[in-house]
Amino acid sequence: MSFEFLLLQVLNGLHHGLLLFLVAGGLSLIFGLLGVVNLAHGSFYMFGAWLAWWASGVFGSYWLALPVLLVLVALGAFGLERALFRYIYDKPHLVHVLLTYGLVLLLDEARSLLWDDDVHGLEAPPPFARSLELGEDLPDYPVWRLVVSGFCLLLALGLWWLSSRTRFGAAVRAGVERREMAEGLGIDTPRLFLLVFVLGATLAGLAGALATPIASVYPGLDAQVLILSFVVVVVGGIGSLSGAFFAALVIGVADTLARDLVPAFAGVAVYLLMFAALVWRPEGVLAKRN
Amino acid sequence: MNYDSLKGSVSSKPVRQAFSSGGVSRQAFLSGGVSRQAFLSGGVSRQAFLSGGVSRRRILKTGAAFAGAALAAPYVRRAEAARLKVGVLLPNSGVLAFLGTKITQGMELAINQSGGLLGGREVEWIRLDSETDPAKAPERTARLVRRGCDIVVGPVHSGVLLGMLRVLGGTNTTLLIPNAGAGAATGEHCGENIFRTSFSNWQAAWPMGRFLAQRGLRRVTTMSWNYAAGTESVQGFTEGFASLGGEISEGILAPYPAADFHSYMTKLAASDAEAIYAFFSGASAVQFVKQYHEAGLRDRLPLYGVFLTEGTLEAQGVAAEGLETTMHYADDLPFEANRAFRSAYREAYGVDPDVFSVQGYDTGALLVHAAQAVGGDTDDKPAFHAALRSFRGVSSPRGAWHFSRAQNPVQDFYLRRAAGGQNRYIETIAQDVTDPAQGCTLV
Repeated sequence: MSFEFLLLQVLNGLHHGLLLFLVAGGLSLIFGLLGVVNLAHGSFYMFGAWLAWWASGVFGSYWLALPVLLVLVALGAFGLERALFRYIYDKPHLVHVLLTYGLVLLLDEARSLLWDDDVHGLEAPPPFARSLELGEDLPDYPVWRLVVSGFCLLLALGLWWLSSRTRFGAAVRAGVERREMAEGLGIDTPRLFLLVFVLGATLAGLAGALATPIASVYPGLDAQVLILSFVVVVVGGIGSLSGAFFAALVIGVADTLARDLVPAFAGVAVYLLMFAALVWRPEGVLAKRN
Repeated sequence: MNYDSLKGSVSSKPVRQAFSSGGVSRQAFLSGGVSRQAFLSGGVSRQAFLSGGVSRRRILKTGAAFAGAALAAPYVRRAEAARLKVGVLLPNSGVLAFLGTKITQGMELAINQSGGLLGGREVEWIRLDSETDPAKAPERTARLVRRGCDIVVGPVHSGVLLGMLRVLGGTNTTLLIPNAGAGAATGEHCGENIFRTSFSNWQAAWPMGRFLAQRGLRRVTTMSWNYAAGTESVQGFTEGFASLGGEISEGILAPYPAADFHSYMTKLAASDAEAIYAFFSGASAVQFVKQYHEAGLRDRLPLYGVFLTEGTLEAQGVAAEGLETTMHYADDLPFEANRAFRSAYREAYGVDPDVFSVQGYDTGALLVHAAQAVGGDTDDKPAFHAALRSFRGVSSPRGAWHFSRAQNPVQDFYLRRAAGGQNRYIETIAQDVTDPAQGCTLV
């Protein structure tokens, strides 16, 4: 196994992890701040992906489709929060699971009715629809993957800034730590909840849209991404953005490298990692010890 | 379990209406919804809670049924005899749902072309969503049997098939398999009541192995997901390839269902093989073929497969152009039956058929043939099964085929090349390919 080979696999793993962070970061915040176990979070990813495919066809351009689909996903999340989620924040987790699982089924059926159950592909948008040649024994590297990785990194930086340098971020962190205290200080938590919910859902939708030229769209996208996202939330610690970022990268790289190093365990490597993290740091790997 | 709420998934309309797309999707929704609800309950408590209500309702229903039967016994019996109950276990949800649709459409077309009846009897279709979940297969199959289906059609997925065989093996219930290729169904678990109209995983791959060896290739790397269909397909390929002196350079198995294959491209690029044999189908085939193309490996390391381009050419686009695959069907096979089938299919559904539609079509034709041969009396199982066995697919779009003694098709295989959104026929590379049916007591 050459050095270049390993380097390339780590790059693949980071790419995987960065995309995962866009989905899991929002899920973690929603879980941490709103206290909602949102099984329908993967559905936003799914809709982002299917809308990207559909709108690219309608508008004839991925770049025109992107803002439109982000607005649509955000509006959808806004409507769901107002109509459903805000009524269940104080209910037990079982209620969350029942409601959001029902939503998963409804949204998937809506997708099936709106489009179909087939698989559809989308070419990477220009000018990134090409690959870099790396050398004889190495595969060409699709430029779109680099673009997505870079974009996700920028977004992660933006989220870090939002969370640690703005009033909004401080309010969110306060809400995650001690909601009653935050309310006592005059923070308008219902509005905060709405904003975080819409932000998280839109990020998930964006991740789906970015992944579409790589992964294509097909039924079942939601479940696939949801499971790994929950692993990230558990490993990173509920409600922690930096924890989710760190966990997503580690899981992305581990998932990729395990296929080369221990192929027999490749399918369970991520879950073994989660198990280890739960034993070692049940509050999340970056959590302060109480 | 809550059977009563599954009523919506039963259609007792004549074939034409029951098959109408609106009906199918509504059924899919209902059956998917209910079964997934059962999955969700996850806690025994919820099921126990439900069962209280259900059993009371069932008692009431049973009482009502008895009263009704006493009054209207003669009429009921005649109506029952008139209708043939056929159970269908195909995926209505999830990534394989479009295969379920194609098979259903093909079956409908064949039966409608013969007047919509089976042996003069109307058909009552009872459909359940397999959800492509092997763990749910035995229970769903048993449910179909309890509801009086003595003919069951399904499934798509090999794992689901193994679950169905656990219930139907050694019984008198007729099983018609329109896709799933698990070798055991016509091998160690074969039986008088089990018929396959599609292929075995081994059978579909073996001709490709021979073909590549005949082309002069000596070292090939194989790749698939680590699941039954994948490993059986690789096995068939390997046996065909090795029988003419070929050698497998490396056998890569990706964890099921990994979606991103790019990390494997790194591995394949460093391979010392002369070509790759890949077994992927549906969404995974789209991703694999696209990523293989993006990694620039098409020119360095030719890619071959079987299902790789089946029903997915539109999604794969330019990445699939020129890919060579072998299958028991090609879009432009030069048979009159194929041309007629394709134009009728396009007229009925507005889309082009693929190999899955053909398998559904042949399943429908088989049912029509056998029900007619026994005059609609499907209860005489030995006679009905003999009628099924006697089927000769002379007007099949894929070319004539018949059942082997293990009741798997004996059929020809074709080399196809993807061009302009079609899998174009190049040549016939193997005739009358028969699955070895290892361990089958019928052989």
